[in-house]
Amino acid sequence: MAFTSAVITFPGSNCDRDMAVALEKVSGTAPHRVWHGDSELPEGLDFIAVPGGFSYGDYLRCGAIASRSPIMQAVIAAADKGVPVLGVCNGFQVLTESGLLPGALLRNAGLNFVCREVGLEVVNAQSLFTNAYEAGQVVRIPVAHHDGNYFADDETLNRLEGEGRVAFRYAEEVNGSARSIAGVLNDAGNVLGMMPHPERAIETTHGGTDGRGLFESAIRGLVGA
Amino acid sequence: MKVRVHVSLKPGVLDPQGRAIHHSLEGLGFSGVNDVRAGRLFELDVAESVTDEAIDDMCRKLLANMVIENYRIEKVAA
Repeated sequence: MAFTSAVITFPGSNCDRDMAVALEKVSGTAPHRVWHGDSELPEGLDFIAVPGGFSYGDYLRCGAIASRSPIMQAVIAAADKGVPVLGVCNGFQVLTESGLLPGALLRNAGLNFVCREVGLEVVNAQSLFTNAYEAGQVVRIPVAHHDGNYFADDETLNRLEGEGRVAFRYAEEVNGSARSIAGVLNDAGNVLGMMPHPERAIETTHGGTDGRGLFESAIRGLVGA
Repeated sequence: MKVRVHVSLKPGVLDPQGRAIHHSLEGLGFSGVNDVRAGRLFELDVAESVTDEAIDDMCRKLLANMVIENYRIEKVAA
């Protein structure tokens, strides 16, 4: 069974091609490419990716304008029906701004743009997106962001931790994120937002393949091994 | 009708930009500045028919992120 996926592109997205290549390499099927002004998604999607970049020039707040674009209304409707949605970097910001994920991404505590490979602890290895990893495993995945400092109030943070919705934590200090959170799941477990870029770590020529597990998890879970 | 919307970070939300500005002010020799919080100001020119509820809705749906920010609406005399 073919894996049917879509990558959303906003004006200013710059990781959409990398995401599309990663999905194609791991699943064997090229994803649909969907433009922000479209109001409908292709039918029968197994997976939607909201990629990184600087959508709408980061105007207003990172991800704010993109989250109100026509296609995001379709993505929100699809997520509500259970379609898996992955948001990476700016895509994570878009998902928090759209209300699909709790919290917000603030300017990095150190004010610097952080662009390097970091250690990530897999906290929840049972989710749709992380089941190819082991719980507690530390993987190496690149980050590249200026606004990745995860914020939510204590009550929300306690709930996320209590419900196993923290997918990844930084294994080192990166950006000041509350409780070192690098990636969170929604209540139903079908939406994941994360600042690190798994699509930049899928081939040995990338310097590492630790990001592959994320796509393998999703593809295996959705269309069978 | 001119409307100003002031958006500021909620108390307790870390403001590294405000801190950097604070640091810079001190570097310029200004003393006695206890804290700096950076915010945002929007000036809207709206038709008289636009209701207060609609302006409030604009703030909640777009101009402010209610997770981290508060807003204040100020009507400006023409």
